Formats: sequence, C-alpha cells, structure tokens
Amino acid sequence: MCAVRDLTKTYPAVRGRRGAPGTPEVKANDGVALEVRRGEIFGLLGPNGAGKSTLVRQLTGLMRPDSGTVDILGHDIVRHPERAARILAYLGQESTALDDLTVSLAAETTGRLRGLDVTQAREERDAVLDELGLTPLAARPIRKLSGGQRRLACFAAALVGERPLLVLDEPTTGMDPVARRAVWAAVDRRRAERGTTVLLVTHNVIEAETVLDRVAVLDKGRVIACDTPAGLKEKVAGEVRVDLVWRERAPLEVPEVAALRPRADESGRRWTLRLAPEEARAVVATVTGGAAFVALDDFTLATPSLEDVYLALGGDTQGLVKA
Amino acid sequence: MSVVPAEAVPGGALAAEERPGRAPAALGPRARLWPSLGAVYRAQLSRARVARIPLLFVATFQSIGIMILMRGVVDGGDEARAVVAGSAVLVVAFVALNLLAQYFGQLRSGGGLDHYATLPVPPAAVVLGAAGAYASFTVPGTIVTAVFGCVLFGLPLTHLWILAAVIPLAGAALAGLGAALGLLAPRPELATLLGQLGMSAALLLGVLPADRMPAPVQLARDLLPSTYGVEAFARTFGTHPDWAFVLGDLAVCAGVGVVSLAVATWAYRRAAVR
Repeated sequence: MCAVRDLTKTYPAVRGRRGAPGTPEVKANDGVALEVRRGEIFGLLGPNGAGKSTLVRQLTGLMRPDSGTVDILGHDIVRHPERAARILAYLGQESTALDDLTVSLAAETTGRLRGLDVTQAREERDAVLDELGLTPLAARPIRKLSGGQRRLACFAAALVGERPLLVLDEPTTGMDPVARRAVWAAVDRRRAERGTTVLLVTHNVIEAETVLDRVAVLDKGRVIACDTPAGLKEKVAGEVRVDLVWRERAPLEVPEVAALRPRADESGRRWTLRLAPEEARAVVATVTGGAAFVALDDFTLATPSLEDVYLALGGDTQGLVKA
Repeated sequence: MSVVPAEAVPGGALAAEERPGRAPAALGPRARLWPSLGAVYRAQLSRARVARIPLLFVATFQSIGIMILMRGVVDGGDEARAVVAGSAVLVVAFVALNLLAQYFGQLRSGGGLDHYATLPVPPAAVVLGAAGAYASFTVPGTIVTAVFGCVLFGLPLTHLWILAAVIPLAGAALAGLGAALGLLAPRPELATLLGQLGMSAALLLGVLPADRMPAPVQLARDLLPSTYGVEAFARTFGTHPDWAFVLGDLAVCAGVGVVSLAVATWAYRRAAVR
C-alpha cells in the first residue's frame, strides 16, 4: 500500500540574526523505512520534534526528501508529488485555509477541489456532516467553533471525495469523547466498506493503544520500533509500573523509601517506578504499612503501556500524552 | 474505538503480503480548471461575510476622506478628474493589492497552503479564484467612491460605465501583484509591509496630480500598473474622450494582469511544495 525506504530529510542550519540565536542543522528524518498494509490503521507515535510531521509531509508530496523513496499504491511520490493529492486525503494540523468558511461550504469546496461535480459534492457533504453529527453546525463559520468542533469540521472536509488512504495528523486533538467516537466510527465504516487505509500521527499513547493495528515509534528522526501495540508491549512484559502519590512529600526517613528514590521518575508528589514483579510486590508491601503508609495518598500497579515501551527503547517520553 | 480487525477488511492484505511490482492503482480524478476556479471563487467570496467587511468599509472611507481633503486644494478641470479617478482606483489597490497580499502571506506562513496543495487542484484555479474574489470585493466601494467624487467635484456621470472595464482590468493587475507579493514574501509581516507600500504608492502616485511631480516620481508613476487604470478612468470625464487612449491604458492593465497572475501562479507552486 505505502512503502517508504531509507527516507532522509535534513533542515539546513539557520544563521542567527541580531538578538536571535541561530539553529544548527537538524536531521528530521534519518533513514526511515516503513511498510503500511492495505486496510490497516498504522500509527506514527513520538513526542514533538521526533520527525512525524516531516515524514508525513514527504508522504503527502508537500516536501521533497533529500534521499529515499516513497511508493503509494504503485506510484512514486518522490518523482511525482502531484499524484499524492489524487490518492490520499490529508488532514493537517492547521485549518487556516478553511477558518473563514462555514462548515458546510468548507466540506463542499474541498469535495469540489477533489474533482467532484456540484451534485456529488453536495450529496457527500450532507452524508459526511450527518455521519459526524455536524449538521446542526453546518451554517456556522469554522473560526467561531470550539477547538474540538473545528478539528471535526476539518476532518469532515477530509472525508468528502473518497480516497483509499487517509493521512491524519493528530485528528482528535481537543475533541470531547463524543467527537472522538464519531471520528473512529467514521474511520471504521470506511475500512469495513471500502478497505480504506489510515496513517495516523499521534503523541497520545492511550489512543495509539486502542485504535492502531500497528505502530512505528519515532525518536529523533529514526524508527526505533515497529509492531502491533501488543507486540511492542511484550518487549517489556517482565516489568510492572508502580505509581506512588505522596500526601505532602515522600517519607525519606523510611529507609526503604529513601532507597527507591534514585530509581523513581519524580513529577511533583508522584513517583513512577518500573520494576520486576517481585520487586513491585515488595514495594507495595513497604508502602502499605507503617510510616510510609501514613504519608501515602494513592498508589497504582499497572502492566506496561506504550509509554513504558517507549522508555525501554531508549526514547525520551516527555512530550507523550496519556489521556 | 476501532473494532474492525484489519484481517476482516475487504481486500485487506495483512495475511497475504502485497506483491511488489503490482500495477499502480488508478488515481482519483483531477479537479478541472474552471469548476475548481468557480469553487475557490465562491468560497473566497463567502469569506467577505465572515472576515473582511470592516476593511472594505475602511477602503471606501479612506478614498472619500482623501477626496474631501483635496476639495479644498483642487477647483476643477484635469486635477479634479485625476483626484476622483485616483481615489476610485485606490479602493481597488487597497483591497486587491494590500488585503490579498496579506491574505496569501498569512495563508503561506500559517500552513494554509497545505490544504490546497494536497488537493488535485490546478494552481491557477487557487490564485485566480482568490484574485477574482478580491477584485469583486472592490466593486461596491469603487462605485460609491466614483459617484461621490463626481457629485463633489461636479464631474459628469455620463461615462461611469467605464468602471465595468476599469475594475476587472485594474483589479486583475493589482490582485496579481498582491498575490505574487504575498506568496513570495518569506515572512507574513513582509507580505503585509509590501502590500501597504504598494497601496501607499497607488495613493501618492495615483491621487496627487502628476504635472507638479519631479521627473523621477513621474517615472515611478509610469511603472505602477494602477496609474493606467486611473488614466483610463480620468480621460472619460472629458466632453469628447479619446477612446483610443482609454483602450490603450486598459490594454496595459490587462497585460500587467496576465503577467502578474502568471507570476503569482508560479509563486504559488513554489510556496506549496518545499
């Protein structure tokens, strides 16, 4: 469906102006290789700056790679970037082009620019707005909507004029659960009926675990792992995550607690520990008794998430969202 | 959340890996030039209701204010004709050149061009649709300014129909220039600055009577496309207008319009894929 080989993109260094420091050369994609199969929801997971958006811009023909190949459904996108627009629909992070239009006109115009005639564009517009529950908002300008509704309206525009590949860059940012469900239901319907493939960019680990068939984990421009979410989690199956939340401060006068400190990720009153199961049992026994228990507000014991995988693979999890 | 297993998808290829070298899939349709131009034009026109109305009023008030100021200095004759024609074309410069340069500058910096660049739409449709809409925004303001000026300076309203040619042709020249400036400027502030400068030039060189200007300013005036729109319009206030000169001036506007819109289309391609 979509094959990427050895893709490399380097942003040149920017010389500093007066008062503003320059930025060094950045290797945004460094030998990226991927294989997306037909009909799957394939995810690109990583924190900001990992190279996800750069990769997507090259897949959608918006940016030329320095080297490497992109093949989508048998078309060479590096050599013919203009063909990308006829194979895929892209939902970018910006809505500048549609902001001043009404929801209805944004969807209709996008459909017309995807080659539909007026009648088809209006039929598809009505169907998509209805499907996503946007009909009551159809006459409202997109600029006047809330962040999540605006995102949903842009998603609607991306669906008008069917394409076999949907490239969605953080589609559910700012959406409430109802809108999220509408998005994933619309994606699933297209997958079931037409075999639509989805390439999803996300930094939300919970969403990645629940909706993706396979995920490529990006860090500093490289793919550091690529598997199903369950397959990735097996890599750290031997670990358990213990979260401890202290009432005011950690009781460091308890020697067992003081000994744990070097191994904990501290974030305010929360300590996060990644431990072998028997160690975790010992920690729980310690903190649920005696002086430590008095200082304890809450604790949780969990099996590893994609975030733990990311950390185990050597990534820097700051910037991943867990909601 | 996602409940359809990928294996169950029609034609899904999770189990049987796709063969490489299979014939390329059929491409979706391309959007043809005229229908997509119409769609862009209509969408841009609708933006006036949401975003642009205050500035359209400002354009008209500015021109009317300038004419009232000049009324104290200019009594009539050629100078009055130049002031009225210049003020009317200034509305076109304000909206088509200045506001369009700002719009494309913001679209480019805000990632809005990505939306169009990932649709199979000809670049000319996007540029011409937006330029046409901005030229249309100038119609009410230009007519109001021209009528008000004729009444204020006691000029005949007989040949005001010439605006039907002046607005689209001067509009094409100035909108093309505005689009090109907005798409070529590396930063949005620079696009705004260039648009403002272009409008200031149209104001100073178009409205103020040319005869009293020094030679270098007259040369600059000859280089500015709005001048030819102003001249064509000013000539029609005479009792026996020389229509050959009017047509000549309008032809210059049309020529500049074709070139500047072509440059703007090239600039759009360049800005869309980096």
